[in-house]
Amino acid sequence: MALLLSVFEQGFIYSILALGIYITYKILDFPDLSVDSSFPLGAAVSAVMIKAGINPYITLPAAFLAGGMAGLATGIIHVKFKVRDLLSGIITMTMLYSINLHITGGQANIPIFSDDTIFKLSPLRDKAGAFNTVIVIFVITLLCKIIMDLYLNTKSGYLLRAVGDNETVVTSLAKDKGTVKIVGLIIANALVALAGSVMCQQQRFFDISMGTGTIVIGLASVIIGTNVFGKFSFLKATTAVIIGSVIYKACVAIAITCGMAAIDMKLITGALFLVILIISSVKKGGAD
Amino acid sequence: MIKLSNINKIYNSGTINETCLFTDFNFEVKKDDFISIIGSNGSGKTSMLNIICGSIPIDSGDIVINGNSISKLKDFQRSRTIGRVYQNPAMGTCSSMTILENMSLADNKGRLFGLTRGTNKKRIDHYKELLSQLGLGLEDKLGVKVGLLSGGQRQALALLMSVMTPVDILILDEHTAALDPKTAEIIMELTDKVVREKQLTTIMVTHNLRYALEYGNRLVMMHEGNVIMDLNAEEKKNADVDDILKIFNRISLEKGNSL
Repeated sequence: MALLLSVFEQGFIYSILALGIYITYKILDFPDLSVDSSFPLGAAVSAVMIKAGINPYITLPAAFLAGGMAGLATGIIHVKFKVRDLLSGIITMTMLYSINLHITGGQANIPIFSDDTIFKLSPLRDKAGAFNTVIVIFVITLLCKIIMDLYLNTKSGYLLRAVGDNETVVTSLAKDKGTVKIVGLIIANALVALAGSVMCQQQRFFDISMGTGTIVIGLASVIIGTNVFGKFSFLKATTAVIIGSVIYKACVAIAITCGMAAIDMKLITGALFLVILIISSVKKGGAD
Repeated sequence: MIKLSNINKIYNSGTINETCLFTDFNFEVKKDDFISIIGSNGSGKTSMLNIICGSIPIDSGDIVINGNSISKLKDFQRSRTIGRVYQNPAMGTCSSMTILENMSLADNKGRLFGLTRGTNKKRIDHYKELLSQLGLGLEDKLGVKVGLLSGGQRQALALLMSVMTPVDILILDEHTAALDPKTAEIIMELTDKVVREKQLTTIMVTHNLRYALEYGNRLVMMHEGNVIMDLNAEEKKNADVDDILKIFNRISLEKGNSL
């Protein structure tokens, strides 16, 4: 039971970041590696604010904004300085590592075990008992999904989808495709940092290395979600991505319970992603 | 209306592949002209369109539209008054979005793309009416993703989208070349209708000599970055495909190409 709860908790947290990666990877076709550092960025901002006694619910929008700034940096590097997409992300990711440490005052690890978190302050805490954490996370995830669905159906959202689909159309609409891409990167990294904030409060500590492999987890969730559940037209892509994230976390949890050591976590994370990529390419008619 | 003056354009400048395309190239388009441009590959037809639209930069010279120099404007800024249809039907539409979403995008050109609803429900009837004029049955397929349409349907939609908001200039870059003859015919008739109705100044690049003669009021042949033939409406009426083809072949032979 505890295991199942933990799968859902982690799955929903990572689905927030998967929603962000859905924007960069699926909509913009932009392999954005800066998420590996914007995830701990959100966590660092939250941990420091919580330590300073600020209401943990304020940390959520704060982390969101901080992540947005990281996305803005990647976007400007790529669009204005014409650096390749992959490299822009790597540059931001590398620089953010130091910035994250600056935010925490040089500490690579901040425990917040005894401090208030969004879960401790949850109004449901007494009633929901063991389910408190998963419910709070689910509500945040659901809110993100609903807002994103609404956004993708606005004019600005249409333009975002258009730029990933066919840049020429955006240019012919007299809009700067670069600006649209930057907007996409801002939203994506903001969501990733928000996930980092929730993660930090769920595990009750910040760790500078907690972002390693974020991109892999996010991509795996998006690919499982859109490949397996994208076929069902009654499911929105955002819903599919959330389900993908939970399934992915379940797979990792199964591998761990089957006797893999905890230090093999990233090994499993990567290997599972590889398996998913191979399966989806076989389904498409084989790798080239 | 459109005036290109002293345009210089060298590709791969400073390398062994350096090719000089335009040297002091001048070209003028009058208001309401419908110009057909023909010429062999590499003659500079598409490059000229790209230069007008800002898709490729020029080395020197000036481009003036309606008395204002646009040389310094970026491609997307120039798009405000220019509609363009490409050879590849996939270029003018978004394949993963529905017909309705594509039309909504085009309908909002020149305005703010903010946080209001992407599709204005009140406009749907208007979109349906526009689509029904195409006679392709697209008005009943508003919710279909454009990627599922045939090349001809996509091109018709792209043409419709390019002129949905008021533009002054329509650029057609071999827009029937990728279509089967029957569909090409439909798109060409549609183009002519749109150009007449909206009184658009139009530049059409084509390899189809018959279309070049049949449509428009001016015929231009380009060769190696120069205009080597420029027929007005009167002269165009008296010319036929064979005359044009003869000139075409002569130039080709002069350059040492075999037929």
